[in-house]
Amino acid sequence: MEIYFWAFVVGGLICVIGQLLLDLGRFTPAHTVTILVVAGAILSGLELYQPLIDFAGAGASVPITSFGNALVQGALSEAKQSGLVGIVTGIFEVTSAGISSAIVFAFMASLLFRPKG
Amino acid sequence: MSEQKQHILTEKEYQKIVKDKEPKRPVVRNCIRAFLVGGFICMLGQAISDIYIYFFNFTEKSAGNPTSATLIFISVLLTSLGIYDHIAQWAGAGTAIPVTGFANSMASAALEHRTEGYVLGVGSNMFKLAGSVIVFGVFSAFIIALIRTLVSMIGGA
Repeated sequence: MEIYFWAFVVGGLICVIGQLLLDLGRFTPAHTVTILVVAGAILSGLELYQPLIDFAGAGASVPITSFGNALVQGALSEAKQSGLVGIVTGIFEVTSAGISSAIVFAFMASLLFRPKG
Repeated sequence: MSEQKQHILTEKEYQKIVKDKEPKRPVVRNCIRAFLVGGFICMLGQAISDIYIYFFNFTEKSAGNPTSATLIFISVLLTSLGIYDHIAQWAGAGTAIPVTGFANSMASAALEHRTEGYVLGVGSNMFKLAGSVIVFGVFSAFIIALIRTLVSMIGGA
């Protein structure tokens, strides 16, 4: 059950970083999310993101920073097998589920719903 | 002369005046809300992932994909019902930073532009906000993976 506590704390803190970028850094939401994705990719390149996931579970894998991590990890694992070309072929390997499900569900929503004020 | 000088001064001070007049952002309050809602969404993600592990025989690693798909589904549904935006207004970054915010931006763009048609409206606007995440994520991941691979190639040889 301890993992639930840390998921809450770490996930919450990542969101606080985002909120500080919005409020104090005066970035737009799009810039804030982009900064966090790139930050996740850099942490992943330094081998620091997986330890955070081991420690905090969904607290590290649910925030958008894990998208950057997953892109790098997919590219690296494919590159290990097939060399430099693997970077391009492997980049979406891990993130496929997130992107394709978001496209499918969002499109289904546009078929079924009208925008609500 | 003096009039012109004053004009320059007001021009310079304009930004300061704007800044003073702008309502102060309740940073601490916003951060507490972001912490609570963001933390709750991550805890929910942990619960969903545990359900996949215990009831559907996923491993800790393989449960990540169905977990984000489930969160994305919930987020799109709440967006379609107009509920997500209400929570987002209260929670700020707490709903924008988790993967649910990514899905929310796609679903709300898809809904907003459906009147322009499915190809030109929904299809071409869905990634209006989410696109920058993918572009910068992929490009930075490419550079980082390239550096890592080259370093390990040189180190290995």
